[in-house]
Amino acid sequence: MPQNSLYDFANPLRFESIARRVFPFVAGAAVILTAMGVYFALFNSPADYQQGESVRIMYVHVPAAWMALFCYSSMAIASAAGFIWKHPLADVAAKETAPIGAAFTLLALFTGSLWGKPMWGAWWAWDARLTSVLVLFFMYLGYMALWRAIADKARAARLAAILAIVGFVNVPVIKFSVDWWNSLHQPASILRPDGPTIHAAMLTPLFLMIAAYMAIYVALLVASMLNELISRRIARTELAGGAQPATMVEQ
Amino acid sequence: MSGFLAIIARDVTLAFRAGGGALQALSFFALTIILFALAIGPDLSLMSEIAAPVLWAAALLATLISLEQIYRPDREDGSLDMLVETSDILALTAFAKAAAHWITTGLLLTAATPVLALLLNIKGAALGPLLATLLIGTPGLSLIGAFAAALTAALPRAGLLIAIIVIPLYAPILIFGVGAAGAGAAGEPQYGANLALLGASSLFAAVFSPLASAAALRFNLD
Repeated sequence: MPQNSLYDFANPLRFESIARRVFPFVAGAAVILTAMGVYFALFNSPADYQQGESVRIMYVHVPAAWMALFCYSSMAIASAAGFIWKHPLADVAAKETAPIGAAFTLLALFTGSLWGKPMWGAWWAWDARLTSVLVLFFMYLGYMALWRAIADKARAARLAAILAIVGFVNVPVIKFSVDWWNSLHQPASILRPDGPTIHAAMLTPLFLMIAAYMAIYVALLVASMLNELISRRIARTELAGGAQPATMVEQ
Repeated sequence: MSGFLAIIARDVTLAFRAGGGALQALSFFALTIILFALAIGPDLSLMSEIAAPVLWAAALLATLISLEQIYRPDREDGSLDMLVETSDILALTAFAKAAAHWITTGLLLTAATPVLALLLNIKGAALGPLLATLLIGTPGLSLIGAFAAALTAALPRAGLLIAIIVIPLYAPILIFGVGAAGAGAAGEPQYGANLALLGASSLFAAVFSPLASAAALRFNLD
């Protein structure tokens, strides 16, 4: 594999210096947006006429479910970019997105279960969307397991990218599974051709929470990418100080 | 084309020789059915109701355990390098490997299904649709599985990793397969539609799995 090591090395360094400056702003935005979103969701929005106060679970649950899909899509796009242009930062972005996305997916499953108990009378229903989000969670785990299983970082990046792109085929299946199979889960109620079917007073906290989740994702991604780049540099430095400086180029 | 058939013939022969995966997969299939039967207990009406789903799940698991055999032995004895070096279109080679795997698992399991279905007290009307769904769905299982095997070809102990990677990707085929088998047994009109979706899943896998496998194989050679 032809690699220009100067290009590979210089670009992540530039990313590091930019990321260090950007991180406080993103992290601050995440804190502020979360605080505002939680305030609106808990205190400044109406209770549902059918679901009562438990509708407030929606403000945690729906953005998490969106982020579960969004993170997987980002991972697949970053993987494709890393696969096509062999850009090391894209590989790192894809790798570091996976655990964040898995956490959002788990949050969506957990809050969905808490919401399902009062609404459906069951913690878990094997309906289409729940099942496919659970499948999505295991797809994240498979992707992370593949990264961990392969010692050579460059090869792991290529193979994991192929897996992410193949798995991405399943994301539309998840999105439209509600329409394909009969289910307990309510159909999509925000992104509809005839406009949203939920009240505007509920949309404000919902969109605030979505923005907050997005900021949390970006902040965590920047931090963990920095972490990964630094730990790779430490590994490189240790190799360089060790007995075999020739392997330095390899990693 | 002769190379394509030669790869299939070679892999099928190897699978039936000593140490091959074909009879192991078949035995595993039968043993899974026995486990289910023992777990359910001697309730014949319950058994006939869940016969098709159990057979589908068992076929999926039997396919799964033999996936590691597709590429790993070839990588260990070096013939995988030869295959990759000498093939004009690597995706076609990957397709042949998946086809050979299907002949030695999916086709074999489908052939054994009538006997095992009797053990599960399946209704007469349900057997035909079940066989049709297995025949259409198991090629998809082999193709997707062969992709996971190509992805992990360089790893010494990939069995569990293959399972984690492949089971989520199997979900649509299992859902459509069991759905079609159920609809066919009940004589419902959705039978055709489900069967078509199952066929679409297998064809989709037939297009993308060899391409993705070929890419993965290239990166798994040193």
